[in-house]
Amino acid sequence: MTARKFGAGIGDSPMNANLQNIERTGETDVVDREPTRRGPVFRPSIDIYETEGELVVLADMPGVTGEDVDIRFENRVLTVHGRVRPRQEAGALFLEREYEIGDYARTFQVHEDVDIANIGAEMSGGVLAIRLPKSEAAKPRRIKVQTK
Amino acid sequence: MIGTSRLGFPGDVMREMDRLVNGILGPAGAPLAGTAQRLVGRPFPPLNLWEDERNIFVEAELPGFKMDQVEITMSGNELAIAGERTGEGEIPQGATVHRRERTAGRFSRTVRLNVPIDADRVGASLTDGVLLVTLPKAEAAKPRKIEVKGK
Repeated sequence: MTARKFGAGIGDSPMNANLQNIERTGETDVVDREPTRRGPVFRPSIDIYETEGELVVLADMPGVTGEDVDIRFENRVLTVHGRVRPRQEAGALFLEREYEIGDYARTFQVHEDVDIANIGAEMSGGVLAIRLPKSEAAKPRRIKVQTK
Repeated sequence: MIGTSRLGFPGDVMREMDRLVNGILGPAGAPLAGTAQRLVGRPFPPLNLWEDERNIFVEAELPGFKMDQVEITMSGNELAIAGERTGEGEIPQGATVHRRERTAGRFSRTVRLNVPIDADRVGASLTDGVLLVTLPKAEAAKPRKIEVKGK
């Protein structure tokens, strides 16, 4: 079961032609790798940006600590899974419940050549940052034109 | 849950959500108010409220916020939570942005409590992007066990 928690709708911001470096494989492709233990799995809202040297994914995953994030990169597919621990005591008496909590999962297709050994990630204040350095071959180069 | 947009609001929608007041806690034993108000729009951030014998807890998910970007005030029986996420410095200048779903902006929400709160001891923490406000019930509101004396 996947659901959007605070994600913008798909197609809200269509990617333009040169933005094919990273692309979602599709909304329904998010698969909970572990059997669902409880509750829904949410697609985190993300930002993706690119500099000359790297691609960076920022994902909002409130309630997730660094040790509860699982990131895999396999066959150019980047998979992120964040586990949320319960925050109320069992049997807490809810007075108002405007949102549910649950794990986060999202999958990306990466078209750019990435230096897999140096992929890095950090979690800060509920925001996950994944850095995918471009492989040397993929970095832009300025070609000097020799004049005679 | 699909469609329950949260941080995904366009910035100005978030601004339009300002100052929404929700009646949350009804009188003891009465059904909870709030449903009608919530249909008007989706206030940001959504809140969860629960209680135990001593406290009422109010929780909101605010990823990327720092504590100094969140302001919590108690006035009378109203709890106000306001804040702003600027997103400043998260994306370096000159970078090509491929996708932007995480939004920045201001928000403000007010919760009216019908249980007396000990305002001096209200506490708040922001952990892993989750805000938790702890509202200790005033002595008069705490449940008391009445000893039944037998003769």
